[in-house]
Amino acid sequence: MVQYSHSRFDASFAALSDVTRRGVLEQLGREDASITDLARKFRMTLTGMKKHIHILEQAGLVATEKVGRVRTCRLGHRQLEQEAAWIQKYQQLWSERFDALDKLVEELQ
Amino acid sequence: MKNPTSVERKSDREVVITRLVNAPPHVVYQAWTRAELFRKWWVPKSAQLNLLSCEMDVRVGGGYRLVFKFQDSEMAFFGTYREVAPNQRLVWTNDEAGDAGQISTVTFEEKSGRTLVVMHELYPSKEALEAALGSYDGMSESFDQLEELVTPD
Repeated sequence: MVQYSHSRFDASFAALSDVTRRGVLEQLGREDASITDLARKFRMTLTGMKKHIHILEQAGLVATEKVGRVRTCRLGHRQLEQEAAWIQKYQQLWSERFDALDKLVEELQ
Repeated sequence: MKNPTSVERKSDREVVITRLVNAPPHVVYQAWTRAELFRKWWVPKSAQLNLLSCEMDVRVGGGYRLVFKFQDSEMAFFGTYREVAPNQRLVWTNDEAGDAGQISTVTFEEKSGRTLVVMHELYPSKEALEAALGSYDGMSESFDQLEELVTPD
């Protein structure tokens, strides 16, 4: 679970490291859009936009749904990200505690 | 070499923390139940809290109280021990958060002279769990930035 949350963080931050992908998230924050719409808006090929969407989807930042021939994109469930952040905090708190406990029990023995 | 600390969210309301400690259960139990030892490790340095006092009356129905100084104010963490099984298990309440406080259970299991510590925290609700540690570190900052980015103006 901890490893899982780390890889999720990596995927999220990697996804956010690109200016087009950040733009896509901003756009989807305003309204859902098809991949074709997004490709047009960001002046790129359909294939190029598909790649960006795929990365955002992998990171859980965007969700897509195909209806007929159109694939619609919307913002993904951030719940997962919040959950990962929460686990991370807990992990940090307890790692620190246990590291200090290790030192103490070493002295006690 | 540090042993890894595993944190797993078991359900909407529960989180389980597991760690192997390089000492037998009776030593770990002492560290958990004697105030003068407990205060040496429980408060994480990064929390920047100054522990002013630590009182523990480890018996069923007995209470504990930790008082901290944070910036210019004092705050206390307190609760009651519900179960006390020496060298094996402790259960206590966390009452500073009122109805949102979790029930903490820790067990100490002997593993070839070492101790597997399993800490189980049960919150009264999903919301209470998610609100816990809310201001603990700077991690939320990145998510605030993300929030800002994806929220329309």
